[in-house]
Amino acid sequence: MDRVLFGDNQFFGVNHMSEEKARAQAMRFQDLPAVIDVLDAAYQEGIRTFMCTTHERVGEICEHFRAHRERYPDYVFYPCMPYAHKYANAVTEVGMLEALRKFLPSEGALGAMLKAGMAVAGKDVRAILELLVDAEMKMFHGLATPVIFVQNVVTDLLLGLGMKEALGYFAEHVRARYGAEPGFITMNLPRLLDVLDELGIANPIVCANINKIGFRMCGGIEAYEEAIAARRFRPVAMSVLASGAIAPREALEYVCNQPQIQSIVFGASSRANIRQTKALIDELDALRDRPRRPQLAAA
Amino acid sequence: MIRIGLAGLGKMGLSHLAIFKTHPEVEVVAACDPSAYLTDALSKLTGLKCHSDFERMLADEALDAVVISTPSRLHAAMVEQALARGLHVFCEKPFVLDVRDGERLVALADAKERVTQVGYHLRFVGAFQEAARVLESGALGKLHHVRAEAYGPVVLRPKGATWRAAKSEGGGALYDYACHAIDLMNFLAGAPQTVGGAALDSLFSRDVEDAVYCTLYYPGGATGQLAVNWSDESFRKMSTKISAWGANGRLVADRQECQLYLREAGMTQAGMRAGWSVRYTTELTDEVWYYLRGEEYSAQADYFVRSIQQGRTNGTNSFRSALEADRVAAQIGAQRDAGQAAPRPRQAKSRWARMFSSARP
Repeated sequence: MDRVLFGDNQFFGVNHMSEEKARAQAMRFQDLPAVIDVLDAAYQEGIRTFMCTTHERVGEICEHFRAHRERYPDYVFYPCMPYAHKYANAVTEVGMLEALRKFLPSEGALGAMLKAGMAVAGKDVRAILELLVDAEMKMFHGLATPVIFVQNVVTDLLLGLGMKEALGYFAEHVRARYGAEPGFITMNLPRLLDVLDELGIANPIVCANINKIGFRMCGGIEAYEEAIAARRFRPVAMSVLASGAIAPREALEYVCNQPQIQSIVFGASSRANIRQTKALIDELDALRDRPRRPQLAAA
Repeated sequence: MIRIGLAGLGKMGLSHLAIFKTHPEVEVVAACDPSAYLTDALSKLTGLKCHSDFERMLADEALDAVVISTPSRLHAAMVEQALARGLHVFCEKPFVLDVRDGERLVALADAKERVTQVGYHLRFVGAFQEAARVLESGALGKLHHVRAEAYGPVVLRPKGATWRAAKSEGGGALYDYACHAIDLMNFLAGAPQTVGGAALDSLFSRDVEDAVYCTLYYPGGATGQLAVNWSDESFRKMSTKISAWGANGRLVADRQECQLYLREAGMTQAGMRAGWSVRYTTELTDEVWYYLRGEEYSAQADYFVRSIQQGRTNGTNSFRSALEADRVAAQIGAQRDAGQAAPRPRQAKSRWARMFSSARP
């Protein structure tokens, strides 16, 4: 995994601080060129991983990257599935079982639908889960997806319900079918790590809020710090700025001073912001890694 | 340990199940839902004991409390059965569809001295709690006007396949969506005396309204306006905003932030300043032990558990409080039923009239 990953909240009107700001961003990014401009800017600053939800508009972005491979020879996507509102709205509209059917793949139409129907009848959770993952992955065909994440709303729902095996099914399927590493996004890091241990998922990739003010770090900031320092997993820090509640330098210092944190994901809308954040991370990493000079005793 | 059973495993039911299961002082004993595919999967993968019948669950299991997340029409009867057995009850919103049922159930809960709570989770959102604190402090001075707006993408097509599309089941934007905004207005400004000028419009639904607009009249002379539309695709998810104007300033709050404008005269408390001050969700939100879809869902569950432990029978979102929201909804619905709601010309004659009528399928 790269040190710096580019996130996508800004493109889809997600802003945890202000609905007005979110709406302004939704307007700015409603056409693909505006999105690609920002991804290009990030790429030119050396950020070559796009960590994105499976929002239907990501399909257009994938299309662009497939059509211009030569421009981005080393580009990778980290899909985060599913885009939950799509499912939540469908469940409200047509009910749970219908929503499930609706999102199962339609290619090879009958076969897939029948398979889905049988899976539901046979209560085979694993088969349904695999079909849903495949449906979400369709938009990424032909692109490099070395890590595939499950979104926190699903991770944490399964965690809360105690459907631990389903997390294991996801990990196995992602490895077997896509040759990818499974990643888990969570708002409940310490609790999730226990379960991943139990499932025997060694050294997992786990993305969680990691910020100086402890915002949405369930279990408490101390428990997070202990887990990061002592447990064997690959942490990806998100919401590092806590939606702007912490000044950038202070926010990034907090994360960069925990050497076990492997990657930092952030989103930004302007080249200036991207450059500034990337430079700050590079600077703080260099400071941390600088070999300490032996202290010379005063002569 | 508080022993809990859950009725209804739809979207809210599953969410409650996950939250209560992780609560350190709760034992989830059983759940019930008529969908066998769901209960089979749950019991197979989590070992949860599942029933297909509510009465069976109440009869067979030793419970302290139930969490009811079934279609709205079923609330009254299920709440009554649970209270009759002496259980504490958490019920999803809206409380009930008939105010008379609500009055009876409030009296029954009082007689049984049981803890009751309805899932108006917006009262557990930090920014709305801050808004309520500001109003309570009197900083805005005499309240002049309150406005609540709620928009979101729930019904975007004529076809509706769930109970939410059926009026007889308690579907429709008034009881299923506007109730949140109504309850939020009650939270901030108290219950209104009367309502007027109600407009209940269908944009896509055949049987129910998709939008609700109404004026509210408060005992102290203040007015309120309610604007709700669950067929608004420009919103990613439900978005609720409340504004209040007083003699000394204005307040605007949504899930993310609470903005306050105060004149000099409004600086009644230490720490307040004239002009704008903004507080964000990051500073207004208390940490919860487990996060699923928002701190407020965990916070309301924890509040229910603490109420049971402390014998707090008239806390936030009690049946008595939620019944006030039902009453307002009933008044708005009565306006429609009496034909008083937003009379409109039958025939589109002028160019302008056609413009409006073409927007109404």
